[in-house]
Amino acid sequence: MSASVSAVGAAVALAHRREWAQVLATTAQACGDLDLAEECAQEAFAQALVVWPGSGIPDRPGAWLTQVARNRARDELRRRATFRRRLPLLVTSPVADGPEAGLDDDRLRLIFTCCHPALSREAQAALTLRLVCGLSTAEVARAFLVSEPTMAARITRAKKKIATARIPYRAPSPDQLGARVGVVLEVVQLIFTTGHTAPSGSDLVRHDLLDRALDLGRLLHLLMPSDAAVSASLALMLLVSARSAARVSPSGGLVLLSEQDRSRWDAGQIEQGIALLVDSLRRDAPGRYALQAAIAAVHAESPSWSATDWSEIVSLYDLLLAQWPSPVVALNRAVALGMRDGPAAGLAALEPLLGDPSLAIYPYLSAARADFLRQLRQWAAARTAYEEALALTSNDVEREFLLARLASVDRRGR
Amino acid sequence: MAKYMLLIFGDAVAWEALSEAERAAHDAEHAAFRSAAGPRVVGGEELVSASVGATTLRADADGGLLMTDGPFLETKEGLGGFYLLEAGDLDEVVALARLLPEVRAGHSGVEIRPVIDHG
Repeated sequence: MSASVSAVGAAVALAHRREWAQVLATTAQACGDLDLAEECAQEAFAQALVVWPGSGIPDRPGAWLTQVARNRARDELRRRATFRRRLPLLVTSPVADGPEAGLDDDRLRLIFTCCHPALSREAQAALTLRLVCGLSTAEVARAFLVSEPTMAARITRAKKKIATARIPYRAPSPDQLGARVGVVLEVVQLIFTTGHTAPSGSDLVRHDLLDRALDLGRLLHLLMPSDAAVSASLALMLLVSARSAARVSPSGGLVLLSEQDRSRWDAGQIEQGIALLVDSLRRDAPGRYALQAAIAAVHAESPSWSATDWSEIVSLYDLLLAQWPSPVVALNRAVALGMRDGPAAGLAALEPLLGDPSLAIYPYLSAARADFLRQLRQWAAARTAYEEALALTSNDVEREFLLARLASVDRRGR
Repeated sequence: MAKYMLLIFGDAVAWEALSEAERAAHDAEHAAFRSAAGPRVVGGEELVSASVGATTLRADADGGLLMTDGPFLETKEGLGGFYLLEAGDLDEVVALARLLPEVRAGHSGVEIRPVIDHG
């Protein structure tokens, strides 16, 4: 039984996307060395490319790859044992106060280790993309807009800290679980938002990152199906990314929610997202992700921008602001308020945010003000606000949009 | 098992301003930490405040020995004490360190440093 080289290439690529985390996580658990496990997992995928054309694609590629990676790791450990270097290994031994039985999964161990709170947020996100999603260092560097050597150094340092500080390779104990899941979800959301609006560059949406964040969200939901925050986080990502196709015009320009062709929204994703949100709300009082998902769901179910239930959206933002008093949430609430009560009310709601230092370089505040001023026909003030927003955004697609608005204000103001 | 140094940093002025009752509560929390940590505590001491008791030795510009009155790093928050712990992993150390009053007081904090094993 043999397989064509192209079929093998596709099978290996698919296995890499689906099974990388499992292969690496199981190998790391077996050998207690993250670096060695990574090396052996890579070699297993390389070997598949060589062996599968002759042997055929195995029925369970993940199991085959894991077996090969583990055998390699075992051989290497045997070889090293003869001239054993004093290297700190992963702490894999179980403890008395261990995680609940359902959390006993190698992939969860890997995720919780990558997202350990003793690592910086940057390191957590980089390790998660590198080790859980299997991205190359170059790809991770591109995701966070740093050079490859910088990212390589960041990943190396994080791995060294895991080894020397003995960050354990296991899921957290029950009393820590909620807080630790919170950190993991923040990392996933960071990857998602980085993909949703790339902070700079020529593409508005980085689909590679969006897809990785969704993969992570689905994996977490698979492994922790009864966790309300995990369900809500995945619901939020599904509902927001359902609009991706409608958010960019054929020429690559930004299309605002108000202008989007809602027939291009992904109905299947919206349905999944709403089902997950309902499930999450049945399990627990709504947290930050559930409220954000609920806001996205109101938009998703509304036939048009003008028919949107803005009262519902404003009250959801009120609840969200109480849980998560972030100036960005306050900004979004002010925009919704402007939709409910008119541009003058929206402008007034933005007023208290103008002095907030954390929004000082946030382009969306200026853009929101500019839009209300434009609706109020205060052309000169609108022009200044659009210019501010332009000066603050580095994303080319958003710049194009703001320039177009600026030009229309100029025409009307004359 | 591995060793970890817990370095307790804080503002000596704030520590000295503790009332007698506050000091007693503070000491009781340290006692609770030691009893929870049990045999994992390898060592630990409270230090005389740096502004009063520190002497620093280093090389002067000519390579001779320079002795100065005060800590090596002149900062508002100084090292106030330490514990040396033996534990299986970082999570175990963090779980214990949470019991220390210095992780809750606004002016202080506990830095956890793995000790290199030259065994």
